[in-house]
This record gives sequence, structure tokens and C-alpha cells, in this order.
Amino acid sequence: MTDDCDHNRLLLQAEHDGELNPANAAELAAHLAACPACAATRLEMAELSRRLRAEVPYHHAPGALHARIAAQLAATNRAPTTPRMPLHRQLPGFAAGLAMAAAVALAILPMRGADIGDQVVGSHIRALQAAHLVDVASSDQHQVKPWFDGRLDYAPPVRDLAAQGFPLEGGRLDYLDGRPVSALVYRRARHAIDLFIWPAASHRERAPAGRVTSGYNLVRWSEGDMVFWAVSDLAQQELDEFVRLWRSAR
Amino acid sequence: MPQDGPLPPGLEQALLGNLNAAHNLARWLVRDPAAAEDVVQEAMLRAIRYAASWRGGDGRAWLLEIVRNTAHGWLAARRHRQEVPMDETPGAEAPDPAPDPEAALSGRQERLGLAAAVAALPVELRECLVLREFEELSYRDIARVTGVPIGTVMSRLWRARRALLGTRAERIEA
Repeated sequence: MTDDCDHNRLLLQAEHDGELNPANAAELAAHLAACPACAATRLEMAELSRRLRAEVPYHHAPGALHARIAAQLAATNRAPTTPRMPLHRQLPGFAAGLAMAAAVALAILPMRGADIGDQVVGSHIRALQAAHLVDVASSDQHQVKPWFDGRLDYAPPVRDLAAQGFPLEGGRLDYLDGRPVSALVYRRARHAIDLFIWPAASHRERAPAGRVTSGYNLVRWSEGDMVFWAVSDLAQQELDEFVRLWRSAR
Repeated sequence: MPQDGPLPPGLEQALLGNLNAAHNLARWLVRDPAAAEDVVQEAMLRAIRYAASWRGGDGRAWLLEIVRNTAHGWLAARRHRQEVPMDETPGAEAPDPAPDPEAALSGRQERLGLAAAVAALPVELRECLVLREFEELSYRDIARVTGVPIGTVMSRLWRARRALLGTRAERIEA
């Protein structure tokens, strides 16, 4: 082995990794032609890469972790982030911080099977408190609808009711019953209306069609294969009117 | 289109799209399934906090840099507590041994499976190898993620590969 080999090993590796500068390619080719040891190393490196990919496990994120992170991101898109102490100041409480992070993620995961109506109201209240009702702010249904493309595995219907006194304000991605769902936001004077829409197949619904929870009015209906929940602090009569208009609009 | 979400548009997709890469790197760095999930979770919180430093694109190197630093924080905290490591694949009984362990390692590699051999690499070599071989990052991105110059990345990669090639490579060199 020579100094020349040392130098060429890195060139050899760069070639293997697709990083070889063309200016060095000729130099490497000349060395390889004259040095069987480096030529052999080149083959070994290729074989090692092949074996690494074939024999060494790739650790995909477990499904539960994926769900926790997705819920956390969806929640973040509704609430402003709060600055935290730099990590090095938290040591040695780092483990505690990790536990807290996990606890936060669990806390924001809605309990499966918990009452959907309560979850709907809870999501509406969180969005209001965080002053984050919309991810996409637009009164144009043709902008709001495509925004959900790729964010959901279904296409929620979007209708504008501006002419009828319920202008569309936008939409956001929410998280209910363990799955991402669409929420459309409408405005009536100073009142916000959240309209949650998701495929009916995702759970069985036994809740009553209309009710009051924590001072918020709720109306549920289904249309085609979608379930709809409207929630607002509007008077029940006005919310019913909104629902009637929404269902008759096309 | 106006976007008033706390996360810049596209970042949520970038984070979820790179979740497997984040988990794979964390798992190879801390070598413990539960700790790897904790590290990913913490790294995601940091990514959200540092969202303003995201420069668009697929965000892979940006996120992996955060994951890598979080994992090193976890490793440092574990050393600080002087806890016994929880993983212990066979042959990993001396995690992250001191300078130039490759010679000592290489004799052992042949008796181990390749995965155990990767796990037994010193962490600074292991992270370069994982980022290159499994995530296919460019040298430039690996340098960014690991915080060292490109030349150092190249020499660490070479040392990692030489250790994995083991005694056969040594023989060829002799």
C-alpha cells in the first residue's frame, strides 16, 4: 500500500458514492488500471453496500409513533408554539423532558371511542382559543377544496354560502377519533361555525342529531357517504338555518 | 394563497415524509427501540420550534440534523447518569469505544452479523455510514447533519467501511 493508494481510496469511495469530481475521474482510472489492490477494494465496497441494504434492517417508524407525530403536527397547526428552554439548560432533566413530550403527545391524542360530539366541541374550542381556525384562509371554495388534496384520503365537499349570509372563511386539518379530518370554517357576524366532514365508514354514529354541549350547539347529519358535524355558539335556530342552507346549496 | 398556520406550508408534509428516516437514524444512534421513539418525538417538537429555520425543500437533511443532535443529547444524558445501556446487541458491549477502535473491531466483525457490526461501530462512524448507505445523503448533507467538514465525512465513511470489510481488507492492504 502506498500514499498514492491512500489518496485514491477516497477517490474510489467518492466514485462509489456518486461524488467523484470529473477532474479526478481520469486520475482514478489510471490508478485502478495499475493497482490490483485498489481495484479489489472497489469491488468490495460495492459488495458491502449491497449487503448493507440486503442484510441490515431499516427501522421504519412504528405506526403508533407515526400516529402520535401526525396528531402533534395537526395540533400544532391550530396552536401557536411556545418557546422553551434550550436543551442544555434542561440537563440532566432531559429524560423528564422526553417523558413530558410523550405525555403531551398522548394528551392531544383523542381517546378512541370517546364521544364524538364532545371531541367536535373540544376541537372547535381549541381552535378558537388558539385563534387558529384556518390553515387555508380563503372565501373561495375552489381554493379551499384543493388545499385538502394530499392531506386527507377523501375529498370533502366545500360550498360557499356568502350570498346567504354565511361566508366561507377557510379550512383546516383537524384530528378526530384517531384520524385526520377536514374542518370548514364559516362566519356569521361575530360567530364562527366549524363544519367537520369525514367519511361515514370510519365509525358508527349513535349520537343524536342535535344537542348542546358546553354551551355550544351541535348539528349532525350525513349525506352520501360523508358525516357532517356543525358546531358553533350561534343560537340553535341560526345553526339549523346554516345547515339547511348548506344542504340545499350545490 | 395566504397561510397563517404556525407551521410554514409544506413543513408538516416534509416532517411526516421523513419520519421513517428520522426513526431509522435515531434507532441506529441510540440503539434502543423505546429511546429511539422518545428521541424522534423530542426532535419533532424541536423541529416545530425551529420551523422558521426550515428553508423549504424536502427538509430531510434539516430534520436529520435535529434528530442527530437530539440523539447525541440523549447519549450524553445517559453517560451523565452512568446508566447501563439498554440495547446490547451481541458485540456491542463496548459502545462507542475510544480512539481508533477499528483495528480491534475488525477482527470481531467477521464473527458477527453485519447488522451487529454496524451497531458496534463508534457512533461518529456509524452515523456517517447510516446517512450514506441507508438514507443516501450526499457528502454535503452528511457534513451538515453531523457538523463536520466534508473531508472528515469522507475519512469517517472510509474508516466505517474498512471496519465492516474487516480483516479481509487488512489483508489486501498488507
